Amino acid sequence: MSAALEMHGVSKTYLDGTDEVHALREVDLTVEPGRMVAVMGPSGSGKSTLLTIAGALETPTEGGVRIAGQTLAGMTRDDRARLRRRTIGYVFQDFNLLPGLTAAENVALPLELDGLAAGKARAAGLRVLDELGLADRASRFPDQLSGGERQRVAIARAVVGDRRLLLADEPTGALDSVNGEAVMRMILNACKGGVAAVVVTHDAQLASWADRVVFIRDGRLVDHTAPRPTPDTLLPR
Amino acid sequence: MSIRHALLALLSEGPKYGLQLREEFEARTGEVWPLNVGQVYTTLQRLERDSLVESDDDAEPGPQKGFRITAGGAEELAAWLRTPPDLSSPPRDELVIKVLIAVRLPGADVHEIIQVHRRHLVELMQQWTRLKEDEGDLDLGLALVVDAELYRLDSLVRWLDTADGRLKRAPAPARTAAPQIRRRTGVRR
Repeated sequence: MSAALEMHGVSKTYLDGTDEVHALREVDLTVEPGRMVAVMGPSGSGKSTLLTIAGALETPTEGGVRIAGQTLAGMTRDDRARLRRRTIGYVFQDFNLLPGLTAAENVALPLELDGLAAGKARAAGLRVLDELGLADRASRFPDQLSGGERQRVAIARAVVGDRRLLLADEPTGALDSVNGEAVMRMILNACKGGVAAVVVTHDAQLASWADRVVFIRDGRLVDHTAPRPTPDTLLPR
Repeated sequence: MSIRHALLALLSEGPKYGLQLREEFEARTGEVWPLNVGQVYTTLQRLERDSLVESDDDAEPGPQKGFRITAGGAEELAAWLRTPPDLSSPPRDELVIKVLIAVRLPGADVHEIIQVHRRHLVELMQQWTRLKEDEGDLDLGLALVVDAELYRLDSLVRWLDTADGRLKRAPAPARTAAPQIRRRTGVRR
């Protein structure tokens, strides 16, 4: 199976007036299916730019991006939009749920927008809510859900259907620690189901849920953690 | 960690044997504080000397000897639980000292040194977090220990992040000036 995300030599340069701003410099990042990678760095380090390029929302100035085996360079606008709808799920700090739709309808919406019949989309939505432990919230409207539940519904929406790549920007931003933990546990469960996740954060507690943490500084990936040992090696004996 | 008071707490539930005390101590501290049986008996002897526990007079020393808490022991335990630990002066934190030394060391790349420590702390945090993945299986004592450890490590990462940012903004001369910490904060020698 191909990697969910491959970034090779990706650079992004903006023009700010006459000044060149190097938001990303020669970034290499591969995320395999079922893995969670956290990108940690201070504000302005390029974390969010990395996520928008990984999510096919922006194009790199240099370098190549492949998502689930598909090369972004040379894709038509329509193909790119289809890839975004079908393969990539996005989670942002503010939940972006539509207030007039129930949790199940919100989760089913991306599939309906992609042309799936309403009944089938709804069934797929209910299935993912059930898998992620939210079945009893399916018929509630966003204003009947707590902040933590809203964000968990947003994650369900981001992984519904055949999504391969979940991209999250500070997904627990406004939540307390209990709800933040529930959100991370849910992303982890989605990964156990085969989705790859990239979580951008400045928060080490959040990042520590990931299989691998990469550190970004001034647009460059400067370091990463070693693979995680088993917890048994942690406790003194 | 006061083994003395932990043993008093266990005995406040009722009389117990030494070996039982060791097993219960380890279970309640999420098994992160292993205790050898020798420590348990030495501590019990001192508690008995101070009249905070009593033992079965006729039993031989060893695993069959039972202990119970006295009224004085119960008072001592209640007072200890409410006495704040001494956090008034900064600990001699090795990480802080390394960064302070690196800042003034000619030729040292302090940002790179900070990153080495940041990575190590995050790796430790990943190990602790992994224990939380299956919440249903997590013993309450261990969950509290894991949270405490994660917050402690997280505070160090945050300090490194803050130090990194502060050093990046600081003009060059600020990195060579002598620190004024003692006069300003009254840190004890």
